[in-house]
Amino acid sequence: MIADAATPGAPVSAGAPGAVAGSSAGPFTTDPEGRAEVEGGSVALDELTVVVLAGGLDLEREVSLRSGRRVFDALRLVGMHPREADADAALLATLAAEPPDAVFIALHGQAGESGAVRTVLDLTGTPYVGSTAAACRVAWDKPNAKAAIRAAGLRTPDWVALSHATFRELGAAAVLGRIVTRFGVPLMVKPAQGGSALGAIPVRDPDELPAAMVSCLSYGDTVLIEPYVDGIEVAVSVIDLGDGLRALPAVEIVAANGVFDYAARYTAGMTTYHTPARLPTETAARLAEVAVRAHTVLGLRDLSRTDAIVTPDGAVEFLEVNVAPGMTETSLLPMAVEAAGLDLGQVCGTLLARAAQRG
Amino acid sequence: MTGTSLDPYSDRYAQRTRGMTASEIRALFAVVSRPEVVSLAGGMPYLNALPLDAVGAMIGELVSVKGTAALQYGSGQGDLRLRERICDVMALEGIRGASPDDVVVTVGSQQGLDIVSRVFLDPGDVVLAEGPSYVGALGTFAAAEAEVIHLPMDSDGLVPAVLAEMLERLTREGRRAKFLYTVPTFNNPAGVTLSVDRRPEILALADRYDLLVLEDNPYGLLGFDGATLPALRSLSESRVIYLGSFSKTFAPGLRVGWVLASHAVREKLVLASEAQILCPPTFSQFAVAEYLDTQPWLEQVKVFRELYRERRDAMLTALTALMPAGCTWTEPGGGFYVWMTLPEGLNAKVMQPRAVHARVAYVPGIGFYADGSGERELRLSYCYPEPDRIREGVRRLAGVIEEELDLSATFLSGRGERRPAHRDRGSAASADAPAADLA
Repeated sequence: MIADAATPGAPVSAGAPGAVAGSSAGPFTTDPEGRAEVEGGSVALDELTVVVLAGGLDLEREVSLRSGRRVFDALRLVGMHPREADADAALLATLAAEPPDAVFIALHGQAGESGAVRTVLDLTGTPYVGSTAAACRVAWDKPNAKAAIRAAGLRTPDWVALSHATFRELGAAAVLGRIVTRFGVPLMVKPAQGGSALGAIPVRDPDELPAAMVSCLSYGDTVLIEPYVDGIEVAVSVIDLGDGLRALPAVEIVAANGVFDYAARYTAGMTTYHTPARLPTETAARLAEVAVRAHTVLGLRDLSRTDAIVTPDGAVEFLEVNVAPGMTETSLLPMAVEAAGLDLGQVCGTLLARAAQRG
Repeated sequence: MTGTSLDPYSDRYAQRTRGMTASEIRALFAVVSRPEVVSLAGGMPYLNALPLDAVGAMIGELVSVKGTAALQYGSGQGDLRLRERICDVMALEGIRGASPDDVVVTVGSQQGLDIVSRVFLDPGDVVLAEGPSYVGALGTFAAAEAEVIHLPMDSDGLVPAVLAEMLERLTREGRRAKFLYTVPTFNNPAGVTLSVDRRPEILALADRYDLLVLEDNPYGLLGFDGATLPALRSLSESRVIYLGSFSKTFAPGLRVGWVLASHAVREKLVLASEAQILCPPTFSQFAVAEYLDTQPWLEQVKVFRELYRERRDAMLTALTALMPAGCTWTEPGGGFYVWMTLPEGLNAKVMQPRAVHARVAYVPGIGFYADGSGERELRLSYCYPEPDRIREGVRRLAGVIEEELDLSATFLSGRGERRPAHRDRGSAASADAPAADLA
C-alpha cells in the first residue's frame, strides 16, 4: 500500500531491502490508558524515565533548544515526565546519576546529527530515539548521502563537493569556472554538513559564486554545489511506530521571497505550508516512496525527514535527509504529524518506548 | 485547500515590523552564554565587582521599612528624591544647575530614546547619527520609521566639518534633521571620544543650523584616567537633550535611566512615558536612590574604572600581539568597547560561523549601521571577561581572521571589494542580535 495525499499517515511498504513492510491501517494512537505498543507487549508512557537532549554548542543551538522544548511540552501533555539535558560536559554525569530508559535527541547540527553524541550514548548504554551513529555519519554528510541515494537508483541533482584546500591548490577561478560550465546557473551552494539552511545560498550569477563560497566555507571546510532545481519544494517525514515505516503527508513549502532560508524557516508568516502537498495522487505516492526508500537505503531508524523538489514534469529530486528533524513551532515534521491525525507527544512517547525496549 | 503561514495575523502587522524576522546571526548568539565560548560580544557590566552583600541588605531594608511606598505605583515623571540625586550625578560631568523638574526617569535610557523618538519623529524624518551608532538607538529610530544618515568619525569622534557639510547639504535640499544622536564619550560601539576641542564646535554648528542634539551618555563616569569630560549638555542647555543611565555605574537589571530636557520637551516626554508605562518602576528607583544615599557609590565607580581599564589594556595588548596585518582598532579611553576593522575583503558577519566554531563571539559591525554598511567592522567588548579570557578570546579571533584571510585569498584576491552574499538582508539592526547583548 502506498500513501497518497488522500490517505495521510498510512504505512508504506518501501519495497527495498531492509524496509519494514507496513501492516496496519489508519492513524496510530496510543491506547486510552497512555500505553504504547512495543514488540512483545505494551509500555505505560508515564512510567518511562526519559531525557530530551537539546542545545549543544553547534550553530543550530537555538533551533535545537526550541525543538527540545516543543518535544518536552508534547511529552508532558501525554502524561510523561521528561527531563531536559544539554549536550555539555555535565551530560554523562547527568545520565549516570539517573539513567533514563531512553533519550530523545533534539540536537541539531554536528553533535546531534553526525553520530558523535549517539556514539557516546552507545558507550554509556543509553537507549535513544533515532538512527545509529554509523547511519548518521553517512546521512549527515550530504555528498555521501546523495551518492548512496543515487546508487540506489533515486534521483538527486548532480553535485560536486570540494574542500577549501582543493580550491586553493587547483585555483578557485578555474575550478569554479568548470563548475559553471558543467552545471550552468542558477546553482545551490551549501555546506556539505549542517542544517536549517545555514550557509545555503542560491547563486544566480557566476560573479556571485566566489562570495558565496566564502560565506559557505565559514560554516565548514567542504562545500556542496549542485544545480538549482526548479519545482515544488517538499519535505516528507518518515516514522516507524512499530507498524512499519510510514511516510507522513508531504509538506509543500512556499517561501514568500522564493528562498526557504533561515528566516523563512523560523519566522511564522514568512512561508506558506500546504499539508498534504498539492500534488497529483501519483506524484504524492512516488514522493512518499522516495522518502521511505531514502530512509531505508541510508539505514535510518525511527524517524527522518527527506527534503526534495518535485519538478514540473513530476520527477522527485532528493536533496537531503535529516536524522534529527526540527521540532520547533515552524518545523515540518510536527506539521506532518498533525496532518496525519497523530499527536506529537504520543509519537515521540512511542518512539521513546520503542527505544527503551530496544535497549 | 489552503495552506497555512503559521501566523493568522501576517496581513495585519504594521509596516515597522518588516525587519522583525528570525536571523542567522541572532541564532548564533545562542551559544554565546555557554561557558565554553569566550564572549567578546555582550556589553554586560561586571557585577561581580559590586558589594552584593551590602546591596542585598540595603534592598532588604528597603522592603521592610519603605515597602508600602517602594512597591506602590509612583509618579509618571519619576520619584522626586531620585531626580534630585540624578542632578547631583550629572553635576559630576559638568551639568550644573539642572532642575529635578526637568528630569524624567525612564526604564533604562533605552526608554528615554524611545519616548524622544515618539515625541520628535514622524515617518521619513531625518536623524543624524555617528557611524557606527548604538544599535538600540537605531532600533528606536527604525520603529519610528525615520531615515538615519550616518556621519563618519575619526579618533576624536564626530568630525565638525563632516557635520557642517551634511547640514549644509540638507539645507540645500530643503530638508532638516530632527536631531543629531550622539554618544560623545566612550562611544558604543566605536570606543572613541569626541575631543574636548570639538565639543563647542559641534554645538556651534547646532546653533547655526538650528539642530537639536540628543546626547546619550551612559559611560561618562568610566574614563580610565579618572577625569570626566564635559557633557555636551553642560555646554548648551537649550540645544541638548541628555540621556543618562545607572546601568553601567550600578546595575542594568534595575533598568533605571533618565532624560534631562527643557521644560516644554519634558512635559511631552512625561506624557509619552505615561502612555507607555504609567510610571517607571518605583522599587528600582527607590533602590537606586538608596544606593546613592547610603553606599560609597563613587568609590564603586572607581573600582569599575580600574577593573575595566585593566581589561581594556589586556585586550589592546593581545590585539597588538596577535592580530594579523591589516586589522585596525580603536583605543578607548573609557567605556566597554573596542571597534575593529578587518582587512580588505573580509566580512565580519560572514565570518561569524567560523568564530562560533572557534568558540569566540563578537558583534558584527553591520548591526550598528542603518544603511547596511560596516561589513568589515566588528565590536569587541572587554567589560565582562577576565583578562585571561580576553587574551584567549583574542587569540581565537586572530585564528579565525587568519583562516578567513586564507579563504579570501583563495576566492576573492584580485576581485576588488566583494559583493554581499544573497542572504545578507541589510542591517536589520533590531533583529540581528539580542538587544541585551548590544547594550
